[in-house]
Amino acid sequence: MRMWAQSHLCQKPQQGSSVLAAAFALFFLMLGASQSASAIPAFARKYGLRCSACHESWPMLNYFGQKFKDNGYQLMNDRDAPIWQNPGYWPVTFRMTPIWHRVSTNKVEVDANGGTSNAEAKITSSGFDLSGLDFHTGGTLEKDFSFYLLPSSDPTGAFHFETVMARLDNVGGSPWVNVKLGKFELDNLLSEKRILTLTGNGGIYQLYHFIPAGDGNIFGQMGDNQLGLEVLGHSANDRTRYSVALLSSNDGSVELPYGAESYSTFITGSQAFDAGKLGVQRLGFYVMAGEAPTSWLTNGGPNAAIAGSGGSNKGYSREGFVGQFYFGQHFDVDVVTQHGQDSVWFGQGYGDFIDGVATNNNTPGTALPAGARAPTWNGVLFEPHFVVSPQMILLGRYETIRMSQQSTPSNPSNLGNITTYTVGYRYNPFMTSRAGFAYHGEYNWFHQDGTSPISATNITSSELLFGIDFDF
Amino acid sequence: MKSLKPMRFFSAIPFTVILGLVFSTGFAVPAVAQQDVPDIGPRLPVVVKPMESHIGNISGHAAEGKSDYRRYCAGCHGDYGDANGENAVWLDPKPRDFTIATFKCRSTLTGTLPTDEDLSNTIARGLTNSNMPIWNTFTKQQRANLVAYIKIFSPRWQTEKAGTPITIPPEPAVTIESISHGKALFTKLECWKCHGPHGEGDGPSAATLTDSKDNPIRPYNFALGKNDSRFKCGSTNRDIYTIFMTGLDGTPMPSFADVIQPNDAWDLVHFLRTLQVNRKGKENEVLSAAHGAIPPYVDKTPAPAPADTKPPGGGQ
Repeated sequence: MRMWAQSHLCQKPQQGSSVLAAAFALFFLMLGASQSASAIPAFARKYGLRCSACHESWPMLNYFGQKFKDNGYQLMNDRDAPIWQNPGYWPVTFRMTPIWHRVSTNKVEVDANGGTSNAEAKITSSGFDLSGLDFHTGGTLEKDFSFYLLPSSDPTGAFHFETVMARLDNVGGSPWVNVKLGKFELDNLLSEKRILTLTGNGGIYQLYHFIPAGDGNIFGQMGDNQLGLEVLGHSANDRTRYSVALLSSNDGSVELPYGAESYSTFITGSQAFDAGKLGVQRLGFYVMAGEAPTSWLTNGGPNAAIAGSGGSNKGYSREGFVGQFYFGQHFDVDVVTQHGQDSVWFGQGYGDFIDGVATNNNTPGTALPAGARAPTWNGVLFEPHFVVSPQMILLGRYETIRMSQQSTPSNPSNLGNITTYTVGYRYNPFMTSRAGFAYHGEYNWFHQDGTSPISATNITSSELLFGIDFDF
Repeated sequence: MKSLKPMRFFSAIPFTVILGLVFSTGFAVPAVAQQDVPDIGPRLPVVVKPMESHIGNISGHAAEGKSDYRRYCAGCHGDYGDANGENAVWLDPKPRDFTIATFKCRSTLTGTLPTDEDLSNTIARGLTNSNMPIWNTFTKQQRANLVAYIKIFSPRWQTEKAGTPITIPPEPAVTIESISHGKALFTKLECWKCHGPHGEGDGPSAATLTDSKDNPIRPYNFALGKNDSRFKCGSTNRDIYTIFMTGLDGTPMPSFADVIQPNDAWDLVHFLRTLQVNRKGKENEVLSAAHGAIPPYVDKTPAPAPADTKPPGGGQ
């Protein structure tokens, strides 16, 4: 939901001393703030459960919260239907986060020599800022009929529909058959929509969005909500889960802007088991595979693509394993691996058209450069959490992606490789079933090989962020 | 353009951690308090006594259950276990008050403490018609730790031992006679006064019922039951049998262990199942085979011979 706008690149840089002064000012501001914390309080209010019942630290789900979600936002306790609610109950939650952050990027393209040439410069900026605004509304329409609607804005207030879906739950009385239709989050065990981090690069999972340098395939982004139909199922205690989704290959964009008949699929499965004092461990897999267009009909010029006219579909895939490992009450580690592959056409920049311009259009007779290959890569992320108490969590993340085959053989083998780590904490000064409130602190460091705009050398950026994350 | 070097901000990492630790210690809500609270004066902090639970080969420890109790339970049951969590005021029925250690779902006789396994099963099963969820996502160890933790709230666990589980004889076959006898018992024992003549929870006494804390309480409505119906303490015939024989302590539902014999209890179970008119089960199959009519109960038990009657032909 929330990636911070990169407008900081245009802001006036500040000196280090003032940065630290601001950090301390925020620190004392927090100390002076009233005590108070908690998820989607609309659900918590409905069922009278604390946020901590469903969230390891909100918004990240724990096992019980995952089961609640898998049951169609139902506790399966006879009181799931809205008829049991006070008629005044309105299942709406809003979430927004005021922050202070400092962002630094080492190689940004700037004018040089009075605008006659370009150069690279490091830009560092800091200041107070806002996240976008989320309006979550969801729950049951009737027993075993549920919905989720999430209009979401960027920090400027421009809205879009992040999630719109309706569900049929426990079809035929079986938890093994549930059907979801609309725009929804893919069934990632490690959910990006419930990520605990908020910085621009730390607020997403790079594995879920990776595109090789020069590649035109935007359609395989597992972290983006997608339009489609999903069938999912699980055992009564959610130990065993599966999901199969059929998706339009349009990266969640409405009004069919891309291919006329291009589809993808996302398949997951996982099994949890009781490991005694260690806790419940879970192992799973995912596969995203499909086709997306590389050619467009045009009108008004060779690059003026007509929406919905895409064709010449080419394939891609991402697959990997997921593990959720608990080591007692306080420490756990999430692990996700990925092997990805795009068609050589995507690797050579065919695929997405940006703002209606099909820079690369795979029209009849188009030929690939000699020696061009399908790009492939491998990646892994580790995300450890130390749960000090239900109110306090320390977290970290290490993520790395390594190209194993470049589409253009002459490119450096490490072009586009990513390494990033994040550390942070979230502290909920109170826990209730009415609202969520968290003091949030985070630092992210991001590095990519060979993708600076002028010199094609390495890019490094970092971001420090403090904020108050709240929802009601 | 001057800017901070990235390395300076590596120092932000320990700063961030320290900040978190400050919050975690300085802002932490006072831990939970103990059960011997005076009537007047401030609450004392809860002391986590070294209580244990033993379920099979798993031992639970109260100290290890504290964190999960705060995370999952305290919102309703309260930090002090006194059913005064912040959500309690909105709940109906009210959450269990652990300070009095009275539990509905037991395998033990009325008035006694439940076994550790009883409590663990209740956590895993949840309580239908209440806000108590099905916590079957916990490991057995987590449940054992929670069972040990809730014992710290009542002194009963220090002075009493859990009761002995009742013996449940094998269930006899379902017959129209057993259903008929169950119906007779339902009438004789006046179950209908609370549960209603059709088991719809609308008997003449239903509106007046309260639990041991004077909160209004509703009798179970059998008529709503379907194939997946659950009772407060389970869903099987054995569970219903157990409810008869142990009662639901803290509620008006008494134990009938001293009133009826085991076979009578099974007959009552069979009849109650027929009140679940939308449930597909052997009881309703037998009733359908009898064209939906339960014949009047005829006591075929041979009358006992008078003690002072001599056998005919005997004696000289």
